[in-house]
Order: sequence, then structure tokens, then C-alpha cells
Amino acid sequence: MKGVDTVPVLPAKRVREMPPSGIRKFFDLVSQMDGVISLGVGEPDFVTPWRIREAAIYATERGATRYTSNYGIPELRAQIAKYLEANWGVRYDPTCEILVTVGVSEAVDLACRAILEPGDEVLLPEPCYVSYKPCVELAGGVAVPIVCRAERGFHVDVDDLAAAVTPKTKAILINYPNNPTGASLTRRELEDIAQLAQEHNLLVLSDEIYAKLTYDMKHTCFASLPGMRNRTILFNGFSKAYAMTGWRLGYAAAPAPFIEAMCKIHQYTILCAGSVPQFAAIEALRNGESEVEMMVDSYNHRRRLIVKGLNRIGLPCHLPEGAFYAFPSIKHTGMTSEEFCEKLLMEEKVAVVPGSVFGECGEGYIRCSYAASVQEITEALERISRFLKKNVGVSGAEEAA
Amino acid sequence: MIDVLRILEKDARISPATIADMTGRTEAEVREIIERCEREGIIRTYKTVIDWDRLQEERVFAFIDVQVTPTRDVGFDDVALRIHRFPEVHSLYLVSGEYDLRIVVEGRSLKEVAFFVSEKLATIDRVRATATHFLLKKYKEDGVAFTETPPDDRLAVTP
Repeated sequence: MKGVDTVPVLPAKRVREMPPSGIRKFFDLVSQMDGVISLGVGEPDFVTPWRIREAAIYATERGATRYTSNYGIPELRAQIAKYLEANWGVRYDPTCEILVTVGVSEAVDLACRAILEPGDEVLLPEPCYVSYKPCVELAGGVAVPIVCRAERGFHVDVDDLAAAVTPKTKAILINYPNNPTGASLTRRELEDIAQLAQEHNLLVLSDEIYAKLTYDMKHTCFASLPGMRNRTILFNGFSKAYAMTGWRLGYAAAPAPFIEAMCKIHQYTILCAGSVPQFAAIEALRNGESEVEMMVDSYNHRRRLIVKGLNRIGLPCHLPEGAFYAFPSIKHTGMTSEEFCEKLLMEEKVAVVPGSVFGECGEGYIRCSYAASVQEITEALERISRFLKKNVGVSGAEEAA
Repeated sequence: MIDVLRILEKDARISPATIADMTGRTEAEVREIIERCEREGIIRTYKTVIDWDRLQEERVFAFIDVQVTPTRDVGFDDVALRIHRFPEVHSLYLVSGEYDLRIVVEGRSLKEVAFFVSEKLATIDRVRATATHFLLKKYKEDGVAFTETPPDDRLAVTP
């Protein structure tokens, strides 16, 4: 930690010992350079649809600038309940089973703090989003990483989950479609997890922020599986599907006791999510569907483009089922993923994220976001190909053959 | 076919090889679809959207609404066909409402457009009335905004 010797009193030990996000270091590096093509961005390249921004402007003009209910504006919760039922076939009572939060990030943190006793274990299929492990640990829990393998398209193996269950296991935290691998599970696979949860009386925290960004298959909401509604805390939000990352708005849906517990913490720490973003979100749910479809179509085109291209230049990559990330292997280059990313940035000015920041088993992979224009993706692929020829000495075609 | 056309509609310069990757088709398949669409007149042409106002290039556009007396059997078609042959006519639509045809006329000066209306258009048989609206400023055309596009100011690397 920087400058610890300059202050008379130190921050808490458990925070000092927490490793900083691996992304941060990389971000600092990229920020100092010009002409970089970034495939390192974890957010849509679309600006929030105008109708949503306009709704926020009207709300501001109207003076909708005050605290809202701790749970969120009733109309928004009603729209969320409607959306969840219409899209994923799950029913929640908007008066006591939905909590509007400052992004899914807050919801995950609240859920961990609301459910974990000291020492409780949470099974965490990795590679996974960077915040899960710290959230579990800050809440006094123990994160138990479960390795998801490339041969399985990074689908978690339920046997691996089962093998990791102990008497202390309290929950499984899943995220499908997944950041960073783009993997998503079939209904069948989710049913196996459901059965495991039932057998061992576990909770399932399901982060489905990328649900709408699912291609070639139908997304299954975990809570919609038979018997799972009462043991699931479901997370979703507006950042990805509606291109609303900067608004910081998400929500949790779960049986009332969990939502009530989470809201207790939420009311003391956050009070309520921002009022203007909440009004914008109402418009998103009411009238945003056609623009979501347009964006999903566009991601789907770029998904195929980048995966085809990565395989062609010699970075083996499965076709991800969702989100906007490709997660190719760089194992044959002999470099660690951090070395690869740094060297690629320095030599060819392409920014991608080392897989290792998403968990130990992400080592040997890189995350390439395809929320970039077709031109940028094409140019980035050319640069990576040149980089591979220079540093690995194998042309893509030979490698693939 | 629709998937290929949707991509081309937004960017006509995208190569068949790239479209093939984007749609999961083979390049040969994409080329064949494009050729067939060109042959069958589904793809009419490839054009460029240019903001002429950014150059010192004088171009005058006007929207001209025309009332026409329809006739049995042909309706408005014969008059419309007569009008659409003039090279000045940029677009021509049959519309509902008070007027029947809406024409977009392009000329090099106000005078040129005004003359076209009074000498060519108003004198056509069965044209009963015209209303001319000169275009003053283009904000958006064919789905393309002519305003400044905001820069991509996303942070370069985010989780």
C-alpha cells in the first residue's frame, strides 16, 4: 500500500491485505498512452438510448430530486416485477421482494453481508467478476474458488461444486452469462446446480446482469427453476442491456426475509439509489425493448467476428454464449497473461485484460471485449496477429492447422 | 439474407469477408446473396451520406407538396412517373393527407428550384396546387445525425 509510512494511524489490516484490483494497474498503464485500441472495456460502446436520457431530463426538470423509498420508487419496482415475470417467468411481490440498488455491485455486497456468518463458505466458479471474492471476504465469509475449464467452454462442472461442499458452505455465487468468459449455462446444467443446492440446503446468488445479452440460446433465470425461487437471490440491473453503466442502477429480487435483511444494510449505508436514474430506468423498462434488441443484434455480429478472427490468428477461443467478451487462450505463447497483455500494449497498442485478474484459473487467457466498433475489432486483430508472428514465430494459420 | 442486408444498410463498405464472419456464413455465400440482391433490384444502389454544408458547396433542397387530381385506373401513377424523370427530383413519395405527392427537389440555387416548380411541375396536367418548403438545415438524414458525435470517453480498461 502506497505511503503507509507517512500516516500515524493505519487503515484496517483486512483492507490493507486485500490485493488491489488487477485491472487498476493495467488501467494506469493504458491511460498514459495514445492511439490505443481498447478491447479492455467492460461496458457497452452505445450511449444510453435517447428516450431514457430524455426521461431523466424531464424528471430533473420536474424536480424529482429527492430521496426515494429505501426499496426504490414503487413504480420502478412494479415495472421490474413485470419485467421479471414477462421475460424470465419469475414472480416477485414489488412491495417487499425487490430492492433497487446502486448497481448490481451494491446488491452483491448487501447479499453477502446479509446472509453470511463468520467463516461461512461461498462457492465461487472462476474465472469470475472481480468483486465477488472481496465482497464475500469483507462480509466475513470464505470464498471457495471452483475452477471452470476451457474444455467445457468455461461451464462450471456440478461435480466440482459438489466436491467442494462442506458443512460450512452457505451459498453458490453464479454469474451467467459470465464476465469474463462469456459462457452461459443451459437449463439442464442449471437444474443440476439446483439439485445440489436442494441436497445441501444452499442459497444461490445469481448475477444475471448479462441475461439479455444471450445469443443462439434462451437464457434461463435460475430462480425460475422448480423449487429455486425461495433459495435464490437474483441480481439484475440496467448497465449492460440498456447501456446505462454510469447511472449505477441495479436490483435484487428474493424472498422477503432476504430483501428485508439487505434493505436494513442498504438504508444505513446508501439510503436509496439515485432518484433521477430510477426515473430513467422506468422509461427503460417501459419502452426500451426495441433498442435492446438492436444492441443485442449488433453485439452478436461482433461476437462472431472477433471469435472467428481470434481463432484464425492462432488464439484458440470458444464461441461464448453471452455478454460481450471473448476469452481466448494464450498458453502456447509461453507468456503469462499479464506479460502478454503488457507486451501487446507496448508493442502494438492494443489493450486487453489479463485473465488472471478474474481468478487464478484465468491465467493463460485474456479477456477481449467486443463492445468496440467493427473497424476497431478488425484493426486490433491485425495488430495481435502481427504481435504473435513477431513474438511466437508461428503464424495463425499454421497454429490453427 | 436479411442479416446481410441489415449490415450493409448501415455500412455499405464492409467487406463480404467481414460480413461472413459477422453472420457465421461463408464468404462465397455472402457474395452470392449480395449479387442476387443486386440482380433482383433489392439492393438499388450504394451511396454516401455527405454533409455538404461543411464545404462551401451551394446546394438547395426543397420539399414540394403537390395536389393531383387522380384518374380512374392509374390513380396518381402516371403523374408521378412524369415527375420522377426530372433529374432535379431527388425523392418522390405518394403520401396521405392534404397533399398527394411529396417531392424533394435539388438545385444549385433558389431560383433554379423555383423555376422548376413554376415551369415544369405546376404546368403538368391535373396538378392542382403546390406548396414549396425550402430546406434550411439538415440535422439528420437517412438515420445519420449531422450533429457532432460525442467522443468515446469510456475508461480504457474497466472490469
